[in-house]
Amino acid sequence: MKLLIMGCGRVGSRLAGLLDADGHEVTILDINSTSFRRLPSEFNGTPLIGNGTDMDVLRRAGIEETDVFVAITQGDNRNVMAAQIAKHVFNVPRVICRIYDPLRQELYNTLGLEAISPTTIFAEMLKERIEG
Amino acid sequence: MYIIVVGGGRIGYYLIKALLDEGHEVLLIEKNASICENITEEMGSVCICGDGCEAATLADAGTDRADMLVAITGDDEDNLVACQVAKYKYNVPRTIARIRNPRNEAIFKKLGVDVAISSTNIILEHIQEEVPTHPLTHLLSIEDIGQEVVEVKIPPEAPTVGKSVRELSIPQASKLVLVIRKEGKHRVPTLNTIIKAEDRILALTTPESEEDLRNTLRGT
Repeated sequence: MKLLIMGCGRVGSRLAGLLDADGHEVTILDINSTSFRRLPSEFNGTPLIGNGTDMDVLRRAGIEETDVFVAITQGDNRNVMAAQIAKHVFNVPRVICRIYDPLRQELYNTLGLEAISPTTIFAEMLKERIEG
Repeated sequence: MYIIVVGGGRIGYYLIKALLDEGHEVLLIEKNASICENITEEMGSVCICGDGCEAATLADAGTDRADMLVAITGDDEDNLVACQVAKYKYNVPRTIARIRNPRNEAIFKKLGVDVAISSTNIILEHIQEEVPTHPLTHLLSIEDIGQEVVEVKIPPEAPTVGKSVRELSIPQASKLVLVIRKEGKHRVPTLNTIIKAEDRILALTTPESEEDLRNTLRGT
């Protein structure tokens, strides 16, 4: 599979490493080149500097041939915007984005985005642990 | 009308002032507490401090009864999300977003923003307008019918100078509405109107046929 990940933070870099190790073709975008130091040393994919809410940057990153687009920067709104561009402009078959705010996550799920809220998931997980 | 404005920068400040003067009910949502304080001190309680993209803040603002939401922060993505939350969660009938990257205009409209205003394009247009040789200036965009009013300048050496409007094949989608002569006189053009050097011709047209119109009028 061809994947494009936007945001090379802790989660993004780790995801990129895992998918790359599984033999997928991974491109990872970040606006800051220093973020790429988080990638594992054996990473074979393509790190690319640029803003993923800019359509030209996405095109350069090969979004037109991408099977899966993941928006996982720190900014909920940035993720939402990039994910919608990927889905509605470039018709990427599968688009996943992270939205910390549970209310916004719910809204965008109803609007057809595959949005995940780590806040909800983590809170539920902690609750389960605490209550046993 | 009840109008919510997201973003209390310079544009937000002057916008709420103007809207209040027009007698509208206005509420500003601004993240920065000290900006909120200053505005409250000057204009009364027209401001709440918070994130205008967050559904909870918009609920506090009574967004469900708003007639319009204007998002004019400096970040395109924040403006997009504020408009989308307003539109799809609170059914606000009209949403307006400021955009900085002109390329975002089409996608914003596709994603449910009623009007996307590119501050970059507006400034560019105004500067280009001041360049004497600039052939076509956008004066007004009439979004809901997909048309625009433009001004075309006729250079002295244009091959169309001395010809009548009848002799030019003006594109069907365009309508000439006013000719302003060099000396400041103006007339409503008819088929018999003769094009003169340094005329400024105002026309109603569509974005698709503006290039055709410009070339026809200037004979290029």
